[in-house]
Formats: sequence, C-alpha cells, structure tokens
Amino acid sequence: MQEKELIPHLYRAEFRKITAVLGKVFGIAHIEVAEDIVSDTFLLAAETWGLKGLPNNPTAWLYTVAKNKAKDMLKHDSIFNQKVVNEIKYSSSELHEIEIDLSGKNIQDSQLQMMFAICHPGIPAEAQIGLSLRILCGFGIEEIAVAFLSNKETINKRLFRAREKLKELNVKIEFPPEAEINKRIQNVLTTLYLLFNEGYYSATRDKVLRHDLCLEAMRLTYMLIENESTNKPFVNALLSLMCFHASRFDARTNPKGELVLYDEQDTRLWDRQLITRGEYYLNKAATGNEISKYHLEAAIAYWHTIKNNDEEKWEKILQLYNKLLIIEYSPIAALNRTYAVSKVYGKEKAIEEAEKLNLNNNHLYHTLLGDLYFTVDPHKALEHLNQSLKLSRSAADKKIITGKIRKLDLEKK
Amino acid sequence: MKEFVLIFRNESVGEIKLSPEGMLAVSNEWMDWMGGIASQGKLVNRGARLGAEGKTVKPGNVITTGPYAEIKEVIGGLTIIRAESLEEATRMAKGCPILNVGGNVEVRDVIPMNG
Amino acid sequence: MNEFVLIFRTDYLPEVKFSPDEMQSMMQHWQNWMGGIAAQNKLADSGNRLGSNGNTLQPGSVITNGPYAEIKEIITGYIIIRAESIDEAAEMAKGCPLVVGGGGQVEVRNIVPMNG
Repeated sequence: MQEKELIPHLYRAEFRKITAVLGKVFGIAHIEVAEDIVSDTFLLAAETWGLKGLPNNPTAWLYTVAKNKAKDMLKHDSIFNQKVVNEIKYSSSELHEIEIDLSGKNIQDSQLQMMFAICHPGIPAEAQIGLSLRILCGFGIEEIAVAFLSNKETINKRLFRAREKLKELNVKIEFPPEAEINKRIQNVLTTLYLLFNEGYYSATRDKVLRHDLCLEAMRLTYMLIENESTNKPFVNALLSLMCFHASRFDARTNPKGELVLYDEQDTRLWDRQLITRGEYYLNKAATGNEISKYHLEAAIAYWHTIKNNDEEKWEKILQLYNKLLIIEYSPIAALNRTYAVSKVYGKEKAIEEAEKLNLNNNHLYHTLLGDLYFTVDPHKALEHLNQSLKLSRSAADKKIITGKIRKLDLEKK
Repeated sequence: MKEFVLIFRNESVGEIKLSPEGMLAVSNEWMDWMGGIASQGKLVNRGARLGAEGKTVKPGNVITTGPYAEIKEVIGGLTIIRAESLEEATRMAKGCPILNVGGNVEVRDVIPMNG
Repeated sequence: MNEFVLIFRTDYLPEVKFSPDEMQSMMQHWQNWMGGIAAQNKLADSGNRLGSNGNTLQPGSVITNGPYAEIKEIITGYIIIRAESIDEAAEMAKGCPLVVGGGGQVEVRNIVPMNG
C-alpha cells in the first residue's frame, strides 16, 4: 500500500462497513448520524496520524475510534439515546451494554441488511442508487454528483429526502423473512443493475469513476451470492451479465473517451478473465427451473462475447430477445431485437419490423433506422439520422450521429 | 486504561505575588496532589508549567503577542494521567489546587495510537 | 534551547466535510510539518491529539460536561518543540496545517523549566 493513498483506500474499504454496523445499531432514522461518526473518525485519523505517525493497524484504529465515538454518543447524548431506544425497541439498559460488533461476520450481515433497507421500493430509484453509493459504497457526495452529472447541493437534497422517507416508512435494517426474500430481492437487483448501468452508460467523462461504479455494483451483487439465503440462480445470472458487459469496458471507449460501437471494437481489448468469470456464474445460474430476465440478458451478453459474426450467433441472440420481450417489454430490448433481425433476415425485413415499433420519440430508434437504411435508401437514412440528432440529448450521442451523417455524405459522393 | 490530559486555567499566570512561604505552601499543595496520582501509578507525564510568554499564530501569517486572548482565563499548564474513564479522570482532577484559587481544570481524552 | 508548547485550537464542530483525498493531503501536510521540525532536532514531544470528550471542573465542585466551552474554539491537541526564543517558536508554528489551511490557531507558550 502506497502511503500516499492510504486514507482514500481505507475510506473506500472501511467507511461502508463501519457505517452499516453503526447504522444497524442506531436504526434507519439515524443513518446520517452513523455516516457522520464515521466521517469524523476519518478526519480525526488524518490529523492524529499526521501528528503521531501511523498506528500499527490503521483499520483496527478506525474501528476502535468509531466504536468509542458511537458509545460516547449513546452515553452522553441522552436525547439521541432515548430516540434510539424508542425506535429500535431496545430497553435502555440493553443499549448501554450494547456491543458494537465489528467482526467480519457482523459487518457482512449489516451490509446485506442495509442493502435491503436502502433498496426499498418506497423511495425513487435514483435516490436508492444515490444512497447505495453513499452508504453501501462509501462514495463522497462530490463523486456521486459527478456520476449523476449533478451538483453537491442537489445530491445532498436528494439523499436527505430519501433518508427522511425511509424514516417515515419506518424501514427496518434486517433480513426480510425467508418467504419474502425472493420478492424483496428483486428490488435490490434492479437497483444494483441500475447502478451498474449508471457506470456503464453514464455520460460522465470520468472513466475511472465509471469503472468504479461498475465494480461496486458487481461487488454488492457478489455479496448476495456469498450469502446463503440470497445466493439465488437469478442473482448469479445478474453477476454473469455484469461480468460479460464489463469485459468490454476498455474496448467500448477510445483513448479520447469517445464511445466505440460494438461492431467497431477491437476484440483484443475484451477482458478474457471477466468473460470466464461471467461463464462461471452463468453456469451457476443454470440451476432450478426459473428463467428470469437476468438469465436471458446474461445469455444475450454471453453471445456478444463470441467474436465471430455468423448467423448462428445472431439467431441465438434473436431467440433470446424474443423470450426476453415476452417476459418484460423494454424499448431498448425491442430495438436490439430488430438489430438481431437484420443480422439474421437482412435489412429489408428488419426495416419492416422496426416500423411497427412505434418508438418515434426515441433517438436510438432513428439511429437504428438510419443504420438499416444506410445502403438501402441513403435519403431515408439521412432523414432518420437528422431526426435522431434532434432527439438526442448527450454530447456523446450527438457526436456518434454526426459521424454517421458525415459518413453517409461521403458514400453519396 | 486510557490517557487524559488535564489542562489548568487561571485568570492570570505567573503574576501572583506570593511570599516565599506562600510560594512554598502552593508548591507543596501541588506536589501532594500530583504525588497522590503518581502513587497510584497513574501519572503518565507531569507535563509542563507554562510561563507568561505567549504568542498566538493565526491564519494569514498573523501573529499576536500574548497568550490566547479570546477568554480571560489563561492556560497555566498541563499534565497527563491514566484512568479507566473520563469519570475517574475527573474525580482525580478534583483535588487540583488550582480550584482553590478560582481556576479550573479541563479534562480531555487523548486519542490513543494503538487501535 | 528552551521548550515551548504549541497548543492547537479549532472550531468545535467543523461544518466542512472533507473528501478522502483532502483528508489524505491534510495528513501529509501534518506529517511534513512535524517531520520538518523533527529534522532540525527541535521536536521535544510529539504531544497528543485530543478527543472531543471532556469535563471541566470549576471551583466548588462544579463539573460541566464537554470540553472547555466558553468560546467556539476548543483545544484539539498540542506538541512540544525546542527553540531559542518565542519568536523562533512562533515562526515554526506558522507552517502548521491548522493555520495554513485549517482555519484554526496555534497558541505558543514558553514552558517553565522544571529544574530551576
């Protein structure tokens, strides 16, 4: 460990663990108090270690100091103490004796329970992601603001409202009963998938940050797999899917940070190790009878890791999109299915299918039609690309579309 | 056992004019109190008695002369002791002679280095 | 050489939240400043960082909870250095991270020698 990265490293590794354990002791209503205690502990570490040198075991130091701060708070702040007693239903003598348990097992359990509490359908998805980044991943407000292309004030407000809402709903930091796990975990997975997508598709230019978001989503999903009662086939499918996508992380942007489309990627940049891991979890997902949307998406992602472009590959992908759309419609799946149709049955057929989709307000729809018409009818292609340019919002999208229009002009000449 | 710093404050420092006998008496009181703590093996560091010289360094390269002057009390010294808890440390501080002459003692926990 | 104590004073409840990177550079700043004093062999005692727990005893067995709180600043720590004069000691204190970027103050005080 480079000493010059010590605090950021420890912050990323330990903030979430201590916050989860303290949050569990204090209850969801006081989650911010837990966050503050841990932040203060790190600040104290920065000053004390600067003054006195590094302790032998910095992590143990952080645990001891945070634990003492929490105990002092419960002991000396009687109003806070009373609130915690009332809300968590401790008896007040219990609370005085409470052991703040920072063992590996309890850290793991507290984080999982916290995951269920935060990924709660009662608060907006965006707020769930924000709170997850803060509490489950230990991201600073500033980093979250960059990830969402927003500012600190907005993020602070959003997190504040989310915490208030969790408090209002009286959400408990605990494992859902066995019978409810399958239902509750769906919402957790949705949030983790959105978190992953936030990193994978985010418009922010900070590549390191985007990569971190993806890794965090994978880490949290992995925590569910490590835990017996949440190690479900569809969780393995989600992790498999994330591994396959993440394997192209380096290939899908060029050194200038611009997006490289799938067909144009340098396949040597695909990460073999992640593909192998993806295959491993896909196999583990193949137990039981249920085929979830994550299974189908993972299988689609698997076929995308196959380098050759033959008809068999696209036939498999098409069938998987058919199944996926039958389980759950989404515009993006519909568009991707159309692309697969073009690979299997040709552009004419795909155009025919595309025109039934009724996605006129979606810029990706017009980009797809622009691509399909490209050689078939350059005039129509241009019309669609112009429409797409008009509808697209991000600079990265506009750049890609403009590139296509320029290419079309060259072809015409 | 934890360590605590005792910070002694009084309205003025080193300016009390005492007769030699008076000085000796004051000095003995202090020695008795500290000796009592030391005899329990709880004196970590007898610390320092501070003189009347002082400067305060503030942001922006500002240096003012004299001890920190936001308050009328001035720190006269500090001592480090060992105790099980803040409460025990506070009890030990109760016998401090400065309390007999209108001063006060602040008892503060030291951030330990061995986690 | 004489000994001087440098007493660090900062706001009781800082409202600023620091990022991990900022805290990292804060730690390095302290390390460099302390290292610079030690390199001149003028660090007599690396002192202590104090916690936020405290009691204040007043005459007449009055105990108030919390650090000495007449003012918004509290003492957060101290070190002991060696210097020829209080002016030299104050010069050394100028580089303290608390003063340079921390918005705090350092009180420099001479120590009365124990042995005469």
